[in-house]
Amino acid sequence: MSFFESLRERDRVFDFMTPQASTVDVRHGPILYMEDVTVSFDGFKAINKLNLTIDDGELRCIIGPNGAGKTTMMDIITGKTRPNEGSVWFGSRHNLLKMNEPEIASLGIGRKFQKPTVFEALSVFENLELAMAADKRIFPTLTARMTGETRDRIEEVLTTIGLTELRFQPAGILSHGQKQWLEIGMLLMQRPRLLLVDEPVAGMTEQEMERTAELLTRLAGKQSVVVVEHDMGFVRSIARKVTVLHQGSVLAEGSMDQVASDPSVVEVYLGADDEEAA
Amino acid sequence: MRRFLFWALLCLLAGFLPSAAAQTSAQDSDPGYSLLETLNVDSYRDKGEAITAILQSDDERARGWLQALLDGRLQRTDDGRFVIVLNNTGRSWPVEDALSGEPLGEMSRRELDRIGINNALRNQLRSAIAVVDLYSPNVERRRTSADRLLGEVDDELFDTLTPLIEDAEDDYVRRRLIQAVAIYQTENGEMAGVEALAGSLHPRARVALNRATNAENPAVADAARAALASVEQNLKINRGVETLYFGLSLGSVLVLSAIGLAITFGVMGVINMAHGELMMLGAYTTWMMQQLLPGQPGLALMLSIPAGFLVAALAGIAIERSVIQFLKGRPLETLLATFGISLILQQLVRTVISPLNRTVITPEWMSGSLVINDALSLTLNRLFVMGFALLVFVALMLIMRRTRLGLEVRAVTQNRAMARSMGIRATRVDIMTFALGSGVAGLAGVALSQLTNVGPNLGQNYIIDSFMVVVFGGVGNLWGTLVAGLSLGVINQILEPWAGAVLAKIIVLVFIILFIQKRPRGLFPQKGRAAEG
Amino acid sequence: MTFQATSSRFWLARPFTERATQLFLGVLFAALLIVTVLHVAVPQGSALHVNAYTVNLFGKYLSYALLAVAVDLVWGYLGILSLGHGAFFAIGGYAMGMYLMRQIGDRGTYGDPVLPDFMVFLNWDSLPWYWLGFDMAWFAFAMVLLAPGLLALIFGFLAFRSRVTGVYLSIITQALTFALMLAFFRNEMGFGGNNGLTDFREILGFNLRSSDTRLGLFLASGVALALGYVLCRAIVTSKLGRVCVATRDAEARTRFIGYRVERFQLFVFVVSAMLAGVAGALYVPQVGIINPSEFSPLFSIEIVLWVALGGRATLYGAVIGAILVNYAKTVFTGVMPDAWLFALGGLFVLVTVLLPKGVAGLFSHLRRRDSTYSREASA
Repeated sequence: MSFFESLRERDRVFDFMTPQASTVDVRHGPILYMEDVTVSFDGFKAINKLNLTIDDGELRCIIGPNGAGKTTMMDIITGKTRPNEGSVWFGSRHNLLKMNEPEIASLGIGRKFQKPTVFEALSVFENLELAMAADKRIFPTLTARMTGETRDRIEEVLTTIGLTELRFQPAGILSHGQKQWLEIGMLLMQRPRLLLVDEPVAGMTEQEMERTAELLTRLAGKQSVVVVEHDMGFVRSIARKVTVLHQGSVLAEGSMDQVASDPSVVEVYLGADDEEAA
Repeated sequence: MRRFLFWALLCLLAGFLPSAAAQTSAQDSDPGYSLLETLNVDSYRDKGEAITAILQSDDERARGWLQALLDGRLQRTDDGRFVIVLNNTGRSWPVEDALSGEPLGEMSRRELDRIGINNALRNQLRSAIAVVDLYSPNVERRRTSADRLLGEVDDELFDTLTPLIEDAEDDYVRRRLIQAVAIYQTENGEMAGVEALAGSLHPRARVALNRATNAENPAVADAARAALASVEQNLKINRGVETLYFGLSLGSVLVLSAIGLAITFGVMGVINMAHGELMMLGAYTTWMMQQLLPGQPGLALMLSIPAGFLVAALAGIAIERSVIQFLKGRPLETLLATFGISLILQQLVRTVISPLNRTVITPEWMSGSLVINDALSLTLNRLFVMGFALLVFVALMLIMRRTRLGLEVRAVTQNRAMARSMGIRATRVDIMTFALGSGVAGLAGVALSQLTNVGPNLGQNYIIDSFMVVVFGGVGNLWGTLVAGLSLGVINQILEPWAGAVLAKIIVLVFIILFIQKRPRGLFPQKGRAAEG
Repeated sequence: MTFQATSSRFWLARPFTERATQLFLGVLFAALLIVTVLHVAVPQGSALHVNAYTVNLFGKYLSYALLAVAVDLVWGYLGILSLGHGAFFAIGGYAMGMYLMRQIGDRGTYGDPVLPDFMVFLNWDSLPWYWLGFDMAWFAFAMVLLAPGLLALIFGFLAFRSRVTGVYLSIITQALTFALMLAFFRNEMGFGGNNGLTDFREILGFNLRSSDTRLGLFLASGVALALGYVLCRAIVTSKLGRVCVATRDAEARTRFIGYRVERFQLFVFVVSAMLAGVAGALYVPQVGIINPSEFSPLFSIEIVLWVALGGRATLYGAVIGAILVNYAKTVFTGVMPDAWLFALGGLFVLVTVLLPKGVAGLFSHLRRRDSTYSREASA
């Protein structure tokens, strides 16, 4: 059938009209699939034959000592670092290694950095406005107008992250914990399918930590969430499944209790951690 | 040996003088006087004898006398003194004593009596003068004399020189004589000459060969063509070496001027736009030193090396303390502020010293050139600057690799906060680094004063090039700076004859601009986490 | 500064609702009007009369101000310190200069109906291809926008694509303008070499030496400045403007929320280059010459100083800075020329160290002391 003939079939939805965002194919289970990924910097293998699978809607915690490759792993998923070998798939359709950061971001992978990075010169409201899922090309951005719908959406997220009062303050004056939340809020505005969260509770008070835990668990289910964290107490409080990274590859995987009783894990990570604590 | 040559010459001159060798009587205190006195005869034959005697005498002044005699400027005063007329136009002529060389003021032509010569004597004199230095006890003089003969050989000289070739003691002189004779032969279309000239790089030899390609004898013309082709080939190689030399020389200047920048930029992330003006200070220090030590440019230059370093380093410290320390972490503002400083320094030099260029003297042991062959000679000052650049590079490398300061500098570069927490006083390291980078700029200025004019704009001319070198090489990498500087210098020189100096420069700039797009972190980028910071 | 998200108005209309823009336009048009009245209506000889020379001088300042606004757009809002904006200014100026050269016609020294004097002098027998079309005003005026825009597009495309930012970008923009300066100095380039283009006679049929034409050019510069200002203001108050600020402060983060940062940078860079080109085109008929010295790195970096002095990321600060510095330059170079470079150099140091927010920063500092800092939620 020629293209012109196909135009006459009015009951059909054309390919080019199918919304882009819904193209992530998770019928086969995993939303993120990394296989045999290796990255080396000047001969040092930061990631060494890493295999990792994240299911749709899962909340996964990733732990590991310093230098285990957690941040590098996130860099690979978001397109900041290119691996030397291996493959990374988002759903079963998108090869992430062939895309750049904005493309990956608009597919629905959101990332929160280790150090909170918000746009300090802009207000909280504007931070969320920029992050919002929208047409992010130049001219639509230039001519964008605020609609009631988007304002409602921003207000909704403001409530979720508890910054409604501060919405017209520049983000630069927020406290450390508030910046962390704002960043999570920005991720929510993107309506991501997969959230990568790097050390969300670093430098937070006990109370703030609890709220963050609550926030993350509430997100899981709708979205897949991957949390990298050092704080064992926090991981224990939210984790259903934990992956332990060591020297760039997966050392153990399972529930917190399973992992904690794995002798090799105790040796490289928990053991050392306990000694420090003692 | 020399004695034999001498006799050969004597026979030549005496060729039409059947009488026995003249005998000289040294009655006067200066033996030269009696020599000249023998010229004061009417008979041209006797004069010929006298000339021979003068040649025999080994007197250093002989050449001047003979030349003056040939030109008709050797004259005798009424009171029997010999003088040389310096300028025989006008009424009264300035003269000097033929024996002592002292100027004797002006004399009227009536007081003077010219020692006349005829055509036969004139020819003898010409040959004699051409070869007189070949008998000099001084090797250098013999060589220059031989050099002068190239392309100057005529029928008479040819006869004179041919027997001399066999007897030349010095290898260089012999080769030159062979060439000189061969050029004469080649110009006459003789095969022997063409064969002897094959591979000779001297321009006169090429002229002769070129002429011989039109020789009547086709074999000679072909041989000349073949010889010319091999000469061209040879010249091409030499030109290549020369280009490389100039390229490396320009490159080492670039390395010198960029390496201080590489340190301040790489270590502190500081863009020092006043770097060129610190070089200018170094160059002016050299000038100042030479003003303080007149007549000893070499010593002044040697002293300028530490002095230039010190002056620029102190200026650097002043800049760091007064401006840069307040602009930490704001590289773009630092760029603007240091640019302001560069304007002030330039204007300061213009106001205090002069807006005009100053000349810095090149000491004798640095001037002149190293002659490799007829087509290739390397100027010594460039050679020195190259050596100096290498020395500075090695010294900096050692400082960075082997000293406490170097260790601290590298620590601060990689992780400032961590270095600080380990007890390294980052502020002190900053000051030292900046002083070091500035001092090296001063050294670059000292070196530059030997190559270019020293003026208020000296720095401006180098700053953009220096930045290009640093960016091209990769920030924070001294090796990168070295490789980038040298290769940019060579590329520039290769392009220059083909595109012209300005276009070559434009091409290099465009090349770097494009290169940075391809590899934003330069030739030798820093990798890993540190590079992301 | 008030923080307000995107309003629901049409993007180009937004600046007119801002108090700051209204004030700016009001002051600008009042100034244009006053100068015009003092020039035309007040008789010569009166102390209040503004002579043609001064009008011309003001016109020059206004074109510089537009150039400063262009630089502030990329530096203030995008964080790109371009040390090569003089190049775009000069290219716009050359495009205008070529038009003015062609307008001379056969009235040049050599009387050639087509070739400009310098080409006759160099024994060229025909116009180079890139001079074709410049006898038509519409073509030349289009080139005033397109030529700098195209250069910015190519250069920016290469630079932003490979994420050359910060001081690296500054250095290579400087190298760019330096390379262009060397190129334009060459006679073979066909732009008059060292001497540049000069001896202009008329523009659009108006005699360039008449004081009416000069007043017209002055007013045109003022209107261009107003339009440029409103355009820049519209850009920076749009969502795109906030993407720029986001890029300036956290480029990687902006990428991760899905913006193709390099395209935004390129867009704004090209717009800014075109504005600089317009400024150059207005400048050239007023000073009567364009030569390669406009490409000099010193000039480009001086523009940045105007912006820094006036205050980054305010746009009106750039206008104030450009006028202040150039007025000072006119005064200094007249009274004690040697001191000007000292003053300029000192200004660079003082502004960066002591006045990082410029004159505009002083204003808002004073205002904040006067009134309590209130912020209305006018989203």
